[in-house]
Amino acid sequence: MANMLANIFGSSPVQPLEKHIDISYCCAKQLRAFFRAVVKDDWDTATSVRSEIERLEHEADDLKKAIRLSLPKSLFMPVPRQDLLELLLVQDKIANRTKDVSGIAIGRRMQIPAEIAEQFLDFVDRNVDAAKQARKSVRELDELFTVGFRGAEVDLVTALIEELDRIETDTDDKQAALRAALFKIEKDMDPIDAVFMYKVIELTGEIADMAERVGRRLELLLSH
Amino acid sequence: MDQQVIYITLAALFGIFMAWGIGANDVANAMATSVGSKALTIKQAILVAAVFEFLGAVLAGGEVTNTVRKGIVDANMFTGAPELMVYGMLASLLAAGTWLLIASSNGWPVSTTHSIVGAIVGFAAVGIGMDAVQWGEVGKIVMSWVVTPLIAGFLAFLIYQSVQKLIFSQEDPLSKAKRYVPVYIFLAAFTLTLVTILKGLKHVGLHISIRDSYILATVIAVLISLIGAYFINKIESNPKAEKKEHFVTVERVFGVLMIVTACGMAFAHGSNDVANAIGPIAAVVSIAQTGVVTAQSALPLWVLVLGGVGIVVGLATFGRHVIATVGEKITHLTPSRGFAAELAAATTIVIASGTGMPISTTQTLVGAVLGVGLARGIDAIDLRVVARIFVSWVVTIPAGAGLAIVFFFIFKAVLP
Repeated sequence: MANMLANIFGSSPVQPLEKHIDISYCCAKQLRAFFRAVVKDDWDTATSVRSEIERLEHEADDLKKAIRLSLPKSLFMPVPRQDLLELLLVQDKIANRTKDVSGIAIGRRMQIPAEIAEQFLDFVDRNVDAAKQARKSVRELDELFTVGFRGAEVDLVTALIEELDRIETDTDDKQAALRAALFKIEKDMDPIDAVFMYKVIELTGEIADMAERVGRRLELLLSH
Repeated sequence: MDQQVIYITLAALFGIFMAWGIGANDVANAMATSVGSKALTIKQAILVAAVFEFLGAVLAGGEVTNTVRKGIVDANMFTGAPELMVYGMLASLLAAGTWLLIASSNGWPVSTTHSIVGAIVGFAAVGIGMDAVQWGEVGKIVMSWVVTPLIAGFLAFLIYQSVQKLIFSQEDPLSKAKRYVPVYIFLAAFTLTLVTILKGLKHVGLHISIRDSYILATVIAVLISLIGAYFINKIESNPKAEKKEHFVTVERVFGVLMIVTACGMAFAHGSNDVANAIGPIAAVVSIAQTGVVTAQSALPLWVLVLGGVGIVVGLATFGRHVIATVGEKITHLTPSRGFAAELAAATTIVIASGTGMPISTTQTLVGAVLGVGLARGIDAIDLRVVARIFVSWVVTIPAGAGLAIVFFFIFKAVLP
């Protein structure tokens, strides 16, 4: 009987989820160094950062699979299992997009036009900020579980998500401005390079989008 | 050798074996929540369990013991052949003990209570006749197995909801915890003491009027609450640790409360489960001494003490290891949830003990844990395992009964 009492406690998804967003953020954070190396045409550094991104993306992927396996349908949790799985999915996409965008940049040995380089790096940083804010919000998950998703802690998390939304709106504005700047110079660029530059901007912007969706998922948990 | 001496010796041996088994295995469930939440170290848990299991058995174990020894079988059926009752009770003890040994070595979730009740019903129904079983009484016992986890779950739900409302969802949970936890301590101490005084003490020869019982329980509870408040006030917040884990100091305050509920849980367990071992001994002893089966005989105190000692020995030999293992596995039951589950379970069990219902302490505790879960207090509960625990008695009763029938006919053939 003794073992049975212990076994009724399923493995908690909370710490693993927090660990997962840590890894995803760490992965996204590499983009700062990565694109700075790309702008400088320093492909040795870019390649080594890229392999770090791949490693972290793998790590996030493995953890995602482990968390899914540890959440069987028979688990009874304070919040629906489906919502947690979807949170996990968007967390994972932060790492995925990071890997995609760095993959394109490295595969095509992309040249970021000097006219927009500064603006582009600023845009990348802001997207990383969004991922960081997403991590900060998800890190409150254990406290949310402790308080049963109500009271002062909920207000705190709501405030964190609002800040996340502001950062995401900011990235949208920056993305629009960046596109406009690119549009002005696209005629002078190689057409294919220009197309892929748009693609890189779009994918980078999706990091903040995914971060924002992490916030939306957290909000859903709060509303239960 | 004198027939009486043989009977009493065998009963004491089997009974101690059973009590030892309860102490070695079952007590772990009662104590592991406290160890898992780090409110107590293993050594402290052993000490608390030893003292309060013993006290529970001696002070509040009388009613359930009486149910087991004379509530399930109809004493009138044995007036012609009292030795059949002796064989039956010996067979039941051996059957339940054996079944528990088989089950726990296979990791099956069985309850001592279900085993012994199944065994007694089995020997009486098959060995003597269907009329020998007081089916009405048995029906009530089975009902209590369904009802107690529900009550414990409901209580735990309410307790944990109140904790969330009063403490966790407030702006300053620490100061709220310091204010309200002594109240919870009072409630825990008051309920347990009151039921013990009202229902248990007559078996140790103490008679206290109802009014005095309430006064005494209040005084004791206030004292315990004051001691708790003293230790709670000594707890200082640790901003560095709190930055990482916001509720770390709040949980330390609940840790004090959990020491009290752990004592209560050990007490409750002793008051209910020890009867499974000593109820049959008491039946054998009274027949051996008087030569007749009677429903009126008093419960000898030394039998209760024997059961208490058996549990403590089981705890000291094997229980220690089991508590450590289970405690390690349930670390995410923090003191704030652990106490809610323990308080609800202990209260339910002690009330059941007071009314003489032999119930499964583990199932009651599982019910309480589910209650905390329903109040959104537990990260994840595996419902498959819960279901397995709750259906376990469907298997345990026939198993206990079958073994008891076999042993009964063996004893009938072998014993004088």
